[in-house]
Amino acid sequence: MKLRSWFLFPSWLWMVLLFLAPFAIVLAYSFLTRGAYGGVGGPWTLENYQRLADPLYLMILVRSFAMALAATVLCVIFAFPAALFIVRAPRRRNVYLQLVMLPFWTSFLVRTYAWMFLLRDTGLINSVLQAVGVIHDPLPLLYNDGAVLLGLVYGYLPFMVLPIYATLERMDPALEEAAADLGARPLTTLLRVIVPLSKPGIIAGSVLVFIPCLGAFLTPDLLGGGRTVLVGNLVQNQFTTARDWPFGSAISILLMALVTVLLWAFLRRESEPLV
Amino acid sequence: MDLILELRNLVKEYPGHRALDGISLSVPRGEFFSLLGPSGCGKTTTLRLIAGFEQPSSGDVLLNGETVNHRKPYERNVSTVFQSYALFPHLTVRQNIEFGLRRHRVGDIDPRVRDILDLVSLTGKENRRPSQLSGGERQRVALARSLVLQPDVLLLDEPLAALDPQLRKQMRTELKAMQRRVGITFLLVTHDREEALSMSDQLAVMNAGRIEQTGSPQDLYLRPRTRFVAGFLGAVNWIGNIGVRPESTRITARVPQPSSRQTPGVVTGTVFLGDCVEVLVRLESGEDIVARVPVTSSTFQPGDPVHMCWDASQEMIF
Repeated sequence: MKLRSWFLFPSWLWMVLLFLAPFAIVLAYSFLTRGAYGGVGGPWTLENYQRLADPLYLMILVRSFAMALAATVLCVIFAFPAALFIVRAPRRRNVYLQLVMLPFWTSFLVRTYAWMFLLRDTGLINSVLQAVGVIHDPLPLLYNDGAVLLGLVYGYLPFMVLPIYATLERMDPALEEAAADLGARPLTTLLRVIVPLSKPGIIAGSVLVFIPCLGAFLTPDLLGGGRTVLVGNLVQNQFTTARDWPFGSAISILLMALVTVLLWAFLRRESEPLV
Repeated sequence: MDLILELRNLVKEYPGHRALDGISLSVPRGEFFSLLGPSGCGKTTTLRLIAGFEQPSSGDVLLNGETVNHRKPYERNVSTVFQSYALFPHLTVRQNIEFGLRRHRVGDIDPRVRDILDLVSLTGKENRRPSQLSGGERQRVALARSLVLQPDVLLLDEPLAALDPQLRKQMRTELKAMQRRVGITFLLVTHDREEALSMSDQLAVMNAGRIEQTGSPQDLYLRPRTRFVAGFLGAVNWIGNIGVRPESTRITARVPQPSSRQTPGVVTGTVFLGDCVEVLVRLESGEDIVARVPVTSSTFQPGDPVHMCWDASQEMIF
């Protein structure tokens, strides 16, 4: 065997041990029965999947998709102008890129708690607003869908900025001049040339944001206060408090299947070769 | 004279660098005009000021007798063929050509697109993407995209530089013929003297942010006003302040008529070029010159004493 073939060996080992094996376990668990004190046991059954037909779970799934979709769309809306701004600042580019990645220097958990301190009834925002007399009673900023959405957009925004930046940075600056030269005003150039050409970055960013948002459980747990149950929380609960591993596994498998199908359809439709 | 484009004392300064140092130029309507010069001489900057991508530090750009300094690129009736062509990769050939027409809200687009596709011989390829075209085809799309707008002036920034040498020669003829057919004023920027000499009605030679000389190709080649123009437009044998082109330089082993212009030297080498032989001679004054000699009459060997002769009418004196 050629030496080059061995270069992939570490990756293969990693994937088999830490992805394929756990996946196989989860798949197997999803067809087993819940053990008396947690864990799993026989016999083999389809019951876990049948339970998923309950409208309650369907609602949670729909809510999770809607939440992930909203977070993705908001990320695009915030990230695109930011990426454009960074590309247009040739000398400060690296500084701005470092700033985009700055949040990663601190743990996600710590940053989420920081949001709680900002948003809660006695938090910074409410205290200041009350002190200056804008409001009398604290605004309900924490423990609702809005707070969860805020947390998701905040957490995943860099994953949208970076791929969009990468496509914009590769774009021939003459294209923009060509558009103006042919009579396009700046807004037309933006909508007809720059946005369409940054589509690969928007797609890559959307995938990077949508999937983790769909499975998020920490943000809805902390900022939603348990009132906003998303599918990530549902899975987490089955493995922790509910001690129903087979059902948790079944939800995971369903979610994975749905994401795979959706992603495949999406990429097939959107990623026609560009250049 | 009917001037379509006029530049008056254009100056463009960048921090710590003066790219244009007072450019004045008059381009008559319908001409093929070239800006020729080495890289960094300011020719591309001049083009960008005319297109409106950059603003002059001082001086004026006039189109049709009207100052357009403060008009945006999309408000000027000029169009640019970029060196990289800058075709929109996400649009087809037809959509690229329609782009400008739609921005100008031109009514009946289809016949104009059809005519221009025919002019650049791209009929049948209108639904391809730029990535599916050859270099020559891409260039013709860039031309079509601009020409279809019938601009006052078509600006061409080194349009042939990206093509391979064979195609480049062929495109010179085609570009010139196309300009004659559409009757639009072309302003070509190039560093290739053959390109400028073969295509232009008039050309301006630029050096270090200034125009050295403007005139017809023959004028500039035969009667250059500066050493720079003489040297940039072709090889020159220098005898002090007198310049003689290699094709006007003769060498002979015998002592020539005392009446003709002549100077003695020694052959230092020969280069066989196929259609002629280049004979390298070191003059007694210490200058090196080159003469082109027909293959059949070349018996010169290094070390041979020779005389360089030329006609007084072929002299360029500075």
